[in-house]
Amino acid sequence: MAVANIQVSETPLVLYALRRADDALILGHRLSEWCGHAPMLEEDMALSNIALDLIGQARELYAFAAKAERRDNDEDKLAYLRDVRQYRNLLLVEQPNGDFAQTLVRQFFYSAFADLCWRAMMSSRYTTLAAIAAKSEKESAYHLRHASEWIIRLGDGTDESHRRAQAAIDHLWAFTGEMFSVDDGERALIQAGIAVDPETLRGRWLQTISDVVSEATLVLPQNNWMQQGGRTGRHSEHLGHLLSELQSMQRTFPGLTW
Amino acid sequence: MATPNTPLWEVFIRSRNGLAHKHVGSLHASDATMALQAARDIYTRRGEGLSIWVVPSSAITASDPAEKGMMFEPAESKIYRHPTFYEVPEEVGHM
Amino acid sequence: MYTQALNTAETEDRGLEDAAKAAEFQARIDAEERIEPNDWMPAAYRKTLTRQISQHAHSEIVGMLPEGNWITRAPTLRRKAALLAKVQDECGHGLYLYAAAETLGASREELVDAMLAGKAKYSSIFNYPTLTWADIGTIGWLVDGAAIMNQIPLCRCSYGPYARAMIRVCKEESFHQRQGYEIMLTLCRGSDEQKAMAQDALNRWWWPVLMMFGPPDVASQHSDTSTRWKIKRFSNDELRQKFVDATVPQAQYLGLTIPDPGMTQDADGHWRYSEIDWTEFKQVLAGNGPCNRDRMAARRKAHEEGAWVREAAAAYAAKRARRQTAQAAE
Repeated sequence: MAVANIQVSETPLVLYALRRADDALILGHRLSEWCGHAPMLEEDMALSNIALDLIGQARELYAFAAKAERRDNDEDKLAYLRDVRQYRNLLLVEQPNGDFAQTLVRQFFYSAFADLCWRAMMSSRYTTLAAIAAKSEKESAYHLRHASEWIIRLGDGTDESHRRAQAAIDHLWAFTGEMFSVDDGERALIQAGIAVDPETLRGRWLQTISDVVSEATLVLPQNNWMQQGGRTGRHSEHLGHLLSELQSMQRTFPGLTW
Repeated sequence: MATPNTPLWEVFIRSRNGLAHKHVGSLHASDATMALQAARDIYTRRGEGLSIWVVPSSAITASDPAEKGMMFEPAESKIYRHPTFYEVPEEVGHM
Repeated sequence: MYTQALNTAETEDRGLEDAAKAAEFQARIDAEERIEPNDWMPAAYRKTLTRQISQHAHSEIVGMLPEGNWITRAPTLRRKAALLAKVQDECGHGLYLYAAAETLGASREELVDAMLAGKAKYSSIFNYPTLTWADIGTIGWLVDGAAIMNQIPLCRCSYGPYARAMIRVCKEESFHQRQGYEIMLTLCRGSDEQKAMAQDALNRWWWPVLMMFGPPDVASQHSDTSTRWKIKRFSNDELRQKFVDATVPQAQYLGLTIPDPGMTQDADGHWRYSEIDWTEFKQVLAGNGPCNRDRMAARRKAHEEGAWVREAAAAYAAKRARRQTAQAAE
């Protein structure tokens, strides 16, 4: 009964937008899983706010991708009718929520990167991208602040919270390298002044991460072997389960209006 | 085991520049930084604010309603503090 | 979002209280004055309100679960964002209400512990499962609709902090019912399968929603005190009737059938519904609804698994305070 996957013409520009959109949607989806289950009501509110920001970013980027693609795809087709191999998000954002420390470390690594990325993208030659970036940067700046404050409290809180925060960092570190990867298509967009060169962000990203981690009395792993694959659709096993849930309605009842 | 209490904070928000901060509600947070973040996440979701104050509820000293008479009634008889107490002929215009 | 007339007022113990103060208190209520946290109030008023407001808060928080069940499966991104924002609002409402209850002297932690220990009630409606997407529409349309009927009069409740919380809640909630009705409208304009989904959801939710207004007036022994204290301004049956009268035309517009073949419209235009199964209501309240155990288990799990996070935040705050004191001493 499953409806067929859509075809996407992945020009470099479409792919660039889809990668960012998928990051935002998948992470937003993960955070939305917390709703009703957070350690305190105040955090339920905070995590839902972040999730809503991210879902909003995803929608704008999908709309941009669909327009750039010039076929009849739209935000919902792009979100609901691509399978695991067509998703382009970072492995980092699809990792399960785990405990609160794992969720916040994932958010911290991602937001520290996303914030720099949006800020740089504000000077993209594509005004739509620049506008999306300007709006998203304000959101990600807060996400980073929120996550950083928690990393500090978890790291420098109790023995248990310290242990959990360190374990989350050790576990998720290997997924951070992918944020800085660039393929040939993206390289061309960077040279054309449309996309952001992530390599130029690496130093500041590492500085932010190191500062907070050290204030939190935690340490960064020495091993720099990094996992790759999300950007080309080679995901972890977790994404398939997430998508089967996310897409269940559209797959069960093809082609209807909701 | 009883859950230990997280401190209570009072939240004040300035909705527009030029207006004073107004009490909007309370929340629980372990410290001031977290209280400020929580206030933002709870009380400004619909664009309600431009500025937030958070104050530990325990820092507020309140007047005792039982002393309402002593505290507030003496002011009621001082009608000469209000402009309407004074008569100015209409021809003089607004004053 | 949802209050329910579960609460029974405390029996007054006037013998122990200053009769003059009690009379003065009642005079203030009669004059439509608001009672504020530090004001003198009869112990029974305090106890009744603490119970009602905390039950209301628990209902908001437990109420996140049935709808939260569909956040990850919402059929479009627009619906997903709206549902997440709505469920988040319920959390905010729970939070405002706990804060209102705290002004009466109980701590949020105490109130939550009582709920998790099964000693405090929450609205019976949340013990029913959300099986299809149409349930999300139905909850918004009917459950929020019923809640609004209950909550609007509470904006004029005699207790200031409760009334203020309810004003905020009602303001925020104005989109909830519309969101639900829009989902129903989309389903009813959709395929046969979608329309059947909508009808099925209405069939399952209709009677539990009518029960939300609480026991019939003849069986509700304590409404008198709550009415005299202006906590309650309409009886359970009055509100229920108002709700039914408002809902029937909405269902007709959708082309859905209210699952009550005995329903008739009387000469005054009121829709008269059939007898409600109060045995089911009592069983659900007593913990025997389809989802009571799941709901409590989910809340306990969140609470227990969050303990180390709350401890970490408290430990850090204590460390920081010590460091600041030490710095100041230098």
